[in-house]
Amino acid sequence: MLIELEKRKEPSKAMLYLTPVIAVVATMLAGAIIFSLIGHDGFGAVRKIFLAPLLDTYKWQDLGVKAAPLILIGVGLAIGFRANVWNIGAEGQYIMGGLAGTGVALATWGMTGWWILPLMCIAGIVGGAAYAGIPAFLKTRLNVNEILSSLMLTYVAIQVLYYLMRGPWKDPDGFNFPQTRLFTDDQILPTVIPSTVVHLGVPLAFVVAIAAWFVLSRSVFGFQIRVVGAAPAAARYGGFNTNKTIWAALLAGGGLAGFAGILEAAGPFGQMVPQFPTGYGFTAIIVAFLGRLHPIGIVLAGIILAVTYVGGELAQSSIGLPAAATGVFQAMMLFFLLATDVLVKYRIRFASAAKAGDAA
Amino acid sequence: MSNDIKPRIELKGITKAFPGVLANDAVSFKVEPGEIHALLGENGAGKSTLVKMIYGIMQPDAGEIVWDGEPVMVANPKAARKMGVGMVFQHFSLFEAMTVLENIALGMDGSLSQSKLEEKIREVLHTYDLKLDPHRIVSTLSVGERQRIEIVRALLLEPQLLIMDEPTSVLTPQEVAQLFETLRRLSKTGCSILYISHKLHEIRDLCEAATILRGGKVVGECDPRKETPTSMAEMMIGGNLKQISKAASREFGDDRFIADGLTIAGQGDFGVALDDICFTVRAGEVFGIAGVAGNGQNELLLALSGEEPSSPADAIRLDSHAIAEMDAVGRRNLGLCAVPEERNGHGAVVDFSLTDNTILTARDRMELSSNGIVYGGAARTFAGQVIDDFAVKTTGPGSLAGSLSGGNLQKFIMGREILQNPEVLIVSQPTWGVDAGAAAAIHQALVDLAENGSAILVISQDLDELLALCDRLAVINEGRLSKTLNVGEATIDEIGLLMGGVHGDPFATAEMTEAVHAH
Amino acid sequence: MTESLLIPIIMTIVGAATPILLAALGELVVEKSGVLNLGLEGMMLIGAVTGFAVTATTGYAPLGVVAAMIAAAASAGLFGFLTLTLTANQVATGLALTIFGIGLSALAGENYVGQTVDVFGSVFPAALAEHPVLRVIFGYSPLVYVSLLLVAAVSWFLRKSRAGLILRAVGESDLSAHSIGYSVIGVRYMAVLFGGAMAGIAGCFYSLVLTPMWAEQLTAGRGWIALALVVFAGWRPMRLLLGAYLFGAVMTLELHAKAAGFSLVAPEFLAAMPYLATIAVLAIISARKTGKSLAPACLGKPFKPSS
Repeated sequence: MLIELEKRKEPSKAMLYLTPVIAVVATMLAGAIIFSLIGHDGFGAVRKIFLAPLLDTYKWQDLGVKAAPLILIGVGLAIGFRANVWNIGAEGQYIMGGLAGTGVALATWGMTGWWILPLMCIAGIVGGAAYAGIPAFLKTRLNVNEILSSLMLTYVAIQVLYYLMRGPWKDPDGFNFPQTRLFTDDQILPTVIPSTVVHLGVPLAFVVAIAAWFVLSRSVFGFQIRVVGAAPAAARYGGFNTNKTIWAALLAGGGLAGFAGILEAAGPFGQMVPQFPTGYGFTAIIVAFLGRLHPIGIVLAGIILAVTYVGGELAQSSIGLPAAATGVFQAMMLFFLLATDVLVKYRIRFASAAKAGDAA
Repeated sequence: MSNDIKPRIELKGITKAFPGVLANDAVSFKVEPGEIHALLGENGAGKSTLVKMIYGIMQPDAGEIVWDGEPVMVANPKAARKMGVGMVFQHFSLFEAMTVLENIALGMDGSLSQSKLEEKIREVLHTYDLKLDPHRIVSTLSVGERQRIEIVRALLLEPQLLIMDEPTSVLTPQEVAQLFETLRRLSKTGCSILYISHKLHEIRDLCEAATILRGGKVVGECDPRKETPTSMAEMMIGGNLKQISKAASREFGDDRFIADGLTIAGQGDFGVALDDICFTVRAGEVFGIAGVAGNGQNELLLALSGEEPSSPADAIRLDSHAIAEMDAVGRRNLGLCAVPEERNGHGAVVDFSLTDNTILTARDRMELSSNGIVYGGAARTFAGQVIDDFAVKTTGPGSLAGSLSGGNLQKFIMGREILQNPEVLIVSQPTWGVDAGAAAAIHQALVDLAENGSAILVISQDLDELLALCDRLAVINEGRLSKTLNVGEATIDEIGLLMGGVHGDPFATAEMTEAVHAH
Repeated sequence: MTESLLIPIIMTIVGAATPILLAALGELVVEKSGVLNLGLEGMMLIGAVTGFAVTATTGYAPLGVVAAMIAAAASAGLFGFLTLTLTANQVATGLALTIFGIGLSALAGENYVGQTVDVFGSVFPAALAEHPVLRVIFGYSPLVYVSLLLVAAVSWFLRKSRAGLILRAVGESDLSAHSIGYSVIGVRYMAVLFGGAMAGIAGCFYSLVLTPMWAEQLTAGRGWIALALVVFAGWRPMRLLLGAYLFGAVMTLELHAKAAGFSLVAPEFLAAMPYLATIAVLAIISARKTGKSLAPACLGKPFKPSS
C-alpha cells in the first residue's frame, strides 16, 4: 500500500484547527496502547495525565502556574518560527533572564520599594533578549546557523548558573548550599487570587499573548515577520530587511523567555537555585507548534502541556508512572501534529500497487 | 501489413487528469522515423504533461503508447531510455556543483568507467561538431553550454526519439541556428525528434509535421512549412491574435529614469557583476533590455528596484533624485515600482491571500497602513480593484496567490503595481509562462501606462516581445549593456550578435563587447 | 613523562572524538542527500539505552551494538516517514525526534540506572592492547577502528562510487534527479536510515565504552556538536576526522585540567568550553566563506515534484 499526496487547491481551514485536536487525541490513544504494551496501566496513565488535572478543580491553579511560562516562551518562539528563525535556545535565554532578574534582586536586597519588582522584570527581559542577541549577531554578521548557536548557548547558560550558585551568589547564611538568598517581599510576585499559588505572572502571560496576537495579525511588523518567513525574496522586494527581522525575532523570543525566567524565579521559586532549568524552553517548542504559531492557539496549547506536567506528577505519585513518561507523551503530541499537518495542504490517497511508479 | 514502415511512436487516446484539471484529453498522434515533429501549444495546453508520460516521469490514466508498432508501458525514465527515448528538458535537469562528466554519467544507466565515458563524449562532440569541456563545473557554464550537456547526454544513448522541450527559449538567434543544424543532422540518421515550442518561426524553419494542442486536446495537425505563423498561432490560441494598439506618433518627455555608470561587484558563485551600466528612459517611453538569461538581468533588476541598494547614489536617478543608495520602500515612495521575473515567492507570496499580497508593495502608496497598523479593509478593497480592472480570474481577494494560474497571478502583480500609478515601472519577463490572452492584456497595460507619461523599463529574453513593445532597446551581455538601439531600425541579426551570439569563440565575444562599448 | 601523561591524554582524546565522529559521519551522508536531521541527539540516546539494555541482558556487547543500530535507525525511519513521505518540516521533526529520544531513553533506561556491563574487549592481544606505550595504537575499543574504517569507506563511497554520485546528485538538485529517473525519496530514506544506524553506534559508544553505564541524557548535547562538526568539515569526511579529534581535544581539556587540579579558571568554564568552542568554530567557518556555500543545495528543503 502506498500513500499518495494530492495537493489541495487551497489549504483546508478546518484541518488547520482540527489537526492539533487530532494530535492530542491520537497521543492519548497511542500512549494508552504503548504504555499498556510495556507493562504499565496505559489507560490509567492517560486518564491521570490528561483528565485528572482538569477534573480536579484544586489543580487548576497549578495549571495556570505551569502554563504561564510555557505561553510566554511559546509566543516568543512562534514569532521567530514564523519568520523562519529557529531559536531553540529559549531554555538558555530563560535561565539568563532569571539570572539577570536575580542579580537585581541580590543588588537590592534589604531595600524596600514598589520599583524593585518591575526593575527585576525589566532586567529579566533585557537579560534574555541580550542572550538571544548573540545568535542574532552571529547569524546576521557571520552567517552562523542560529539553531546550533542558540542551543550551544543553553549549555553555556547552565554552566553560568552553576558557577554563580556555587560561588559569587551563594547565600552567605545558607549552610554552603549552592543557592541564593530567598527573595524579600518586595522581590516576590504577589498572588492575584487569594489563598492560591496563582501569581501575577499568570494573567501577565495571557495579556502578552493577546498583545502578540494583535501585533502579528494587525501590524506592519507582524506582516514583516510573516512575509520574511514565508518568502524571503518577496520580503526583500516588499522592502523588508531580513537582518532586522532576524534581530527582532530573536530579541522578542529571548525577551519573552527571559521574562518567563524572572517570573519563575520571583514566583514559584522565590530564589535562584541550580534546579532552575526545568526544560520549559524546550517544551515551549511543542507548545508553539501545537498552538499553530498563533498566540491564542499557544494559550490553549500551553494549558494542554501544563495539564500533562501536572497530570504526569499525579500519575507518578498515584500509579508509579516514571517521570520520563511525561516527556514521551509531549514528544508524541508533536510527532502526531507534524504527521497530521500534511492534511492541511494535501489530501491523502492510498494508491494501488499498479500505479506505484508515480509515487516512487 | 508487416512490411509497412511503422511509426516510431504513436499515442492513442492518452488521458491524464490532475485535481481540477484535465491536462491531456484523449490525445492521439504519431511520429514517423526520422521525422522532426512539432508539438505546438500555449502554456498550459498540456505539452509538458504529455512528454513526461512518454519519458516515463508520470503514467497516463488512460490510453496507449505504441513504440515501433508494439504497445508499451513506460514505467520510468530508465525504461524510456532503454526503449530509445532521449529528452532535453526546458528547465535543465543538471547538477550545478558537479562536473559535466558527472552530469552525463548520471544520465547513463550502465556503469561506465570515467575514461571510457569521456572517450565516448568526445566522439559525440566530434560527430556533431559541438564544443564542451567535460571537466568544467556546470555552474561556470553559459546557458547554451548547459543545454549542450543535455543534448550530449541524450545523444550518447543513441536515441530513436529525441524530445526537446522548449529548447530555444534561452538561446541567442545564432545559437538557435547551430542547434537546428545539429537536429537536422540527427534526423538524417533516422532519429525522430519531437520538438515542443510555441515559437512559430522556428517551427516553420525546422519541422515537417506539427500537432497542435489546446486545453489538453489535439485541435489540429498541419505541415508547418505550408502554414504562416499567424495561421498556426490562431490554431494554437483558438481565436484571433490581438495586436498591441499603440499611438502611431509618440511624443516623449524629459529624461525620467537614468542609470549612469551603475556597477555592482559579483557575489557568490553564480552572480554576474554589472559593469558600468548606462541608459536613459524618457517619460512616456518603453525601453527594453534584451539578452540571454544569466547575463546580469537579475542583478540589474535588484539594483534598479532597490532590493540591493548600491553606491554612488547618483548611479541611478529618478527625475532629480539620486536613488541608488535608497531601499525599495524609499524608491517606491518616489514613484518607482517594479515587477520581478519570478512570480512565486518573489513578486508574490503564494501562501498569502491576494489582500495580503497588496500590503507587500502597495501599503504606503495606496495608504493600506499607517503608524505601523495594517488596514485590512482598505487592502481588501484595493485587491478587489486590481482583480476587477485587470480581469484576474479568482474567487476573490481572500483566495491565496498560489491558487491562481500563472497568467492570472502575473496580471494581479502587474495590476497591483500599475494601479499605484508609478512614475517609473521596471518589469522583468512580463509575460513569461503566460497564455496569449493574458500576455496581450499585460502588453496593452504597459503601453497605456507609458502613454500616461510613465517611464517603463522592460527586461526580457523574448526578442519578439521587446520588438513589439519597446520604443528603444539595449542588449545586456555578461553584465555590460550595449549602445541603445531604436526599435524599427535594428535588425534581429544585429541584436542577436549583441546578445553574444558568437559563442564558443571568446575572442570574438570580447572584441564584440569592446566594440559595443566604444559606441 | 610520555607514558604517564601524554598517552592517557591521547587515549582520552580518541575516546571523546570517536562517538561524535561516528554520529557526524552518518549525518554527513544524510545531509549530502539533502536532508537535515536535527534529531541526532535523540537517536544517539535511543542507541545508547538500547545498546546498554541489550548488553546488560545478553551479556554480549556486539549484539548490543547491533540492537542500538536497529533501534536508532528505526527512530530515523520515523523521522523519514514524517519528513519524506508526509513532507513535514525537517527542522521541527528533528527537534521532535530529539525531545522524543530524551524522553523515551529515560523511560526505557529507568531500570538500568546504576547497573554496569563488561567493557568492550579489545581486538588485539593483551601484549599489545595493554602495553604501556603501544596501547596508544592498539588499546582501543573495536568501535574506534570501525569508526576509522567507516570514514575511509564513506569518503570512497561519496567520491568514487556510482551510488555515491547519485546520492550527491539527489542532494544537489532533487528535481533534476527526479526528472532523469532517480527515486529521490528512496535515496533519502536509505541515507536517513544509515544516519540513524551511525547515531546508534555513536550512542552506545557512550553507554558501552566510555562510561560504561546508563544515565539520563548521557550524551549531554554531543549530538549537537556532531551537527556543528558537519558544517565545520564542509561536508567532507576527511575533514570530519580532523574536526572530531580537535573537538575531542577540547573536551579532554576539561577532564585533564580537573584531574591536574588546574584551578585558575572555574570548572564550570571548562565544562562550557566545548560549546563555546563550537560556536567559535562555526563563526570562523561560516564567516570565511561568505557567499559561497559548501552545503548541498537542497539541504533541508522538502522534495515536492511539480505534479
